[in-house]
Amino acid sequence: MAETMVESRKTTAKANLEVFSATLQELAKDDRNILVVTSDSRGSGKLIPFGQKFPEQHIEVGIAEQNLVGVAAGLASTGKKVFAVSPACFLSARALEQIKNDVAYSDNPVNLIGISAGVSYGALGSTHHSLHDFAVLRAINNITVVAPADPFETEQAIRKAAATPSPFYLRFGKKAMPLLVAEETDFEFGKGRMIRKGKDITLIATGETVYPAKQAAERLEAEAGLSATVISMHTIKPLDYNLLERVATTGKPIVTIEEHSVYGGLGEACASYLLQHNFHNRFKIMGIPDEYTVTGSQTEIFNHYGLTESGILQEALRLLE
Amino acid sequence: MTERELYIKSIKYRKNILKYIFHASAGHTGGSLSCIDILNVLYNDVLNVGPENFHSPDRDRYIQSKGHSVEALFVVLADKGFFPESDLETLCKYQSHYIGHPTRKVKGVEQNTGALGHGLPISVGMAIAAKLDKKDYRVFTLLGDGELPEGSNWEAALAASHYKLDNLCAIIDCNTLQITGPTSEVCNTEPLDAKFESFGWAVRHVDGHDMHELVQTLGSLPLSAGKPSAVIAHTVKGKGVSYMENALKWHHGVPTEQQYEVALHELDNAMVTIPDDF
Repeated sequence: MAETMVESRKTTAKANLEVFSATLQELAKDDRNILVVTSDSRGSGKLIPFGQKFPEQHIEVGIAEQNLVGVAAGLASTGKKVFAVSPACFLSARALEQIKNDVAYSDNPVNLIGISAGVSYGALGSTHHSLHDFAVLRAINNITVVAPADPFETEQAIRKAAATPSPFYLRFGKKAMPLLVAEETDFEFGKGRMIRKGKDITLIATGETVYPAKQAAERLEAEAGLSATVISMHTIKPLDYNLLERVATTGKPIVTIEEHSVYGGLGEACASYLLQHNFHNRFKIMGIPDEYTVTGSQTEIFNHYGLTESGILQEALRLLE
Repeated sequence: MTERELYIKSIKYRKNILKYIFHASAGHTGGSLSCIDILNVLYNDVLNVGPENFHSPDRDRYIQSKGHSVEALFVVLADKGFFPESDLETLCKYQSHYIGHPTRKVKGVEQNTGALGHGLPISVGMAIAAKLDKKDYRVFTLLGDGELPEGSNWEAALAASHYKLDNLCAIIDCNTLQITGPTSEVCNTEPLDAKFESFGWAVRHVDGHDMHELVQTLGSLPLSAGKPSAVIAHTVKGKGVSYMENALKWHHGVPTEQQYEVALHELDNAMVTIPDDF
């Protein structure tokens, strides 16, 4: 069963980033080998309290993401449980060679934490967006790629990554996210989480798009009398092929939703598997098209590209026509 | 090990480097020959590491940032007993673990390297870990002068002095040539000593083929308490084989059978001329 959540997190919506920081402080309290490495990112990573409480467990390297990952790999090689924290946009692009070689290829068990992922930085623009990270990291061997959807998944992912000596990339945003389901469920990397069971269509989402997918499913039922399965596919790699096959076997349409380019992410990972295993369900990938995004907040960008309750509802209805 | 013994070992190492490069028809000949004396002194006189303690958390670490000179590393690791030397007959062969850059699939290799500018950041992480754990192991990394334009080196150089990592030593195999031409013409990094000093490092120049200087310097680290040490080792690319020395084409040139015989002959002659009184 899932480990017990901190009581205060059960009630209110919280940013996954806040949950990450709180969870890490709990872990660090009992384990001196938990280290945080930051690249002038302690503020944006909500890690100032961590550094104050555990100064010896916080390594600052300045704005130097390549060094951040290299140093993290060196620390991890000595048995430290390292969380290397940097905005996802920089971590997954500027330090990509260090991720590929020093973490994944050398098998140093670093937990790479991509903060303010996707379009969380909104109007700061495309330099600060990470819409490529799933794609590039999926093509790198020996790294688990995770986008937790809500405070429960975030806490579980951090706890389990800390306890698992292998490379991880975890990315999340800073928007407050409500718990997707009231009761606690199992959380396991590589196992999609069933948020809602239905029979007419399946919505497979990841990260902060799971919540609007769930809302779309509720409206689908209320407004059209159709029921949708909703899956939080928090682990992009390794993908939960068993679950994917189970929902595909029904023959019903599948929609994937992600805060990522439509190229190379969750949707194409699902499509690749389905096509190669002779499934021909009606299928739609929702994400950010191959363009530099419209200017706006994360919410406005989601609205613009239909990554919303009503946008997902429309796509679902179109596939169900 | 006496300095004479070290000189004798270096000749054997050079012969083996050439043997396995010739056998594999591949390898980074010039750079392996320029750094082999440094590796010789490290593994035979300085590092507290060997097959018997390689998994000990207290061992000294050696990270070869200039991974392409892997033949030098493999030859030394074989000599130290990490694996049978005959394994090197598979160098670069189908399904061999002995590939053209260091990998941890080979016993004795600390980290996978090959892309340049990676060794120093990893070494900084290891050296910080030693400080955190109050352990007295040391971390050594070997960089080529040609890889110094990689910016990650300088990111790591800043962090090393910021954290006062006097348990870290970066040795620069300064053979002054890289694949395109003289390093000074490709992208000048001089004055290297002033650069490292301005980054907060203690710096010393050594003749990278002089056993006495190498033993004295690498055996008396840190160069300055509270500072990381940069040892700028002046070396000759292709050192030990007359026609390979300072010749660009031997960056990754492979000798013909005739050239190989000439090289072995020269190295055998060098063995005879080593004085007794080192």
